[in-house]
Amino acid sequence: MDLLLFSADTSSETSLLLADEGVHAGFPSPAQDYMCNAIDLNKELIRHPETTFYARCVGDSMKDIGIDNGDLLIIDKSIEPQDGDIVVAYIDGNFTLKRIKMEHDGKSLWLMPENDEYKPIKVTEENSFIVWGVVTHNIKTQFRRQ
Amino acid sequence: MKSYAICDCDNFFASCERVFAPSLHDKPVVILSNNDGCIIARSSEAKALGIAMGTPLYQIKDFLEKNDVAVFSSNYTLYGDMSRRVMSLLSKYSPVFWQYSIDEMFLDLTGIASGNDLLSYCKSLRKTVTQGTGIPITIGIAPTKTLAKAASKFGKKYKGFKGVCMIDDETKRIKALKMLNVSDVWGIGRRTNKKLDYFGIKTAWDFTQKSEKWIQKEFTVTGLKTWKELQGVDCINVDELPEKKSICTSRSFADQGLADLSQIEEALTNFTAECSRKLRSQHSCCKMLTVFAYTSRFRDDVPQASIYKTIELPVPSNDRQELTGYVMKTLRAEWKAGTYLYKKAGIIVWEMTPDNAIQSDLLDTVDRDKQAALAKTIDAINLKNGQDAVHLAIQGHDKSWFLKCEHKSKQFTTNLKDIIHVK
Repeated sequence: MDLLLFSADTSSETSLLLADEGVHAGFPSPAQDYMCNAIDLNKELIRHPETTFYARCVGDSMKDIGIDNGDLLIIDKSIEPQDGDIVVAYIDGNFTLKRIKMEHDGKSLWLMPENDEYKPIKVTEENSFIVWGVVTHNIKTQFRRQ
Repeated sequence: MKSYAICDCDNFFASCERVFAPSLHDKPVVILSNNDGCIIARSSEAKALGIAMGTPLYQIKDFLEKNDVAVFSSNYTLYGDMSRRVMSLLSKYSPVFWQYSIDEMFLDLTGIASGNDLLSYCKSLRKTVTQGTGIPITIGIAPTKTLAKAASKFGKKYKGFKGVCMIDDETKRIKALKMLNVSDVWGIGRRTNKKLDYFGIKTAWDFTQKSEKWIQKEFTVTGLKTWKELQGVDCINVDELPEKKSICTSRSFADQGLADLSQIEEALTNFTAECSRKLRSQHSCCKMLTVFAYTSRFRDDVPQASIYKTIELPVPSNDRQELTGYVMKTLRAEWKAGTYLYKKAGIIVWEMTPDNAIQSDLLDTVDRDKQAALAKTIDAINLKNGQDAVHLAIQGHDKSWFLKCEHKSKQFTTNLKDIIHVK
């Protein structure tokens, strides 16, 4: 699975109005009066703007946990990776998106795909390997009409 | 005693490229100027290969290929954005900081910690930046900025320091000065260096062994200040020793800070005028321009915001009016709705080229000769009648944002209006 990396511009604020009562799937409420707060997705999804980067997911090795080809990934480089985290790793010259699995002995490390068609990758001393960043969210586009 | 830290990104442009190409972490990397003309930045491996700054690409193309050197065209947007990240993280570590260039920042860490605690504080700061952005930094800590700069030289040179080097006692200070070549001392120019060589002064230590009287006689005021700083006497302000590669002009604002766009505009226009003046005095034009403004990171009770935007000029310039136009456009585009109290703002101009070697742009609509003639005339008027006698209206008159300098004494020695009165 390949990744395209982007630097995140988190400086902008795109405030969307939030209807305080929630969204009614019935008669429209006189909503204007209740629109009081604003949501900024940069603030909701990005805890550390300085260390957050974006990547585009290319491929299907993580499809079983709902990360698909074309998803936008939000990556935070400041988070210390732990067992079970979804990470962007860099191994032998390639970026890859996988789940991290650490053996209990603390010695072996695995990069686990979430798709039966792919094999886990054992990371050994011989590999040139770094965890580039921890994935915090994936954003999926549903509306595909042009 | 004061504690200053200089935080300096290692081979900044090359490091920015490596964040997105990790396999190059131990490979030689070079960055090319606009239009891929010549080499403007190198990784330490490339320096070790003997590749000189400014070498035209065509002269060493074969050599680069043979030595497996990774070659990048300059990507200023990326460098500007990575700089924003690094500087923003660094500014969280002290309420008092001065950005020195696109990749360097001084922090005043006085009173935050001392001894081993200060060392650990800086180690954790280094880890935060290096892990969080992918950009390795070196930190030099000392009681004066000149000594801090010296410490960072050692931090870069010797791997054992792991990127954090501190000079905090006499033994370390003396040892460092004896090992430091005088030409590597911050603020010692090439001209001064020739003179020092003539007097047989080789190390920073040799320099400090001269008498104050002698230094005063042979060198400028800056030379004397450098001499004092090397002895541990804190006396140099960051803007007294401008970097040659880039010029940064910034200020902290008084009291709560500034909330109005018009106030920040006025302040930034004045900084731009200053940058433009400095550019013209060294006969350079800048290609890149960074505009920044921060709220205080040390106040949880007010909303926080930061602006940090880099733009590339279509044609390198040092013209006040033109630069001001770009700064205003950038500031207004980045301005955030809502009430934020900005405590600090500034301008950095970088990627300098000599003003007689400007590559023009086919689509450039500015009459460059006319512009230069106007700037020269205004400079002449201002030289005669005082700085900013002729200024842009937007620079304002009251300078209310300038209050931070209210404790500054007058310019007793350099401004006729400020000299002392005697009865």
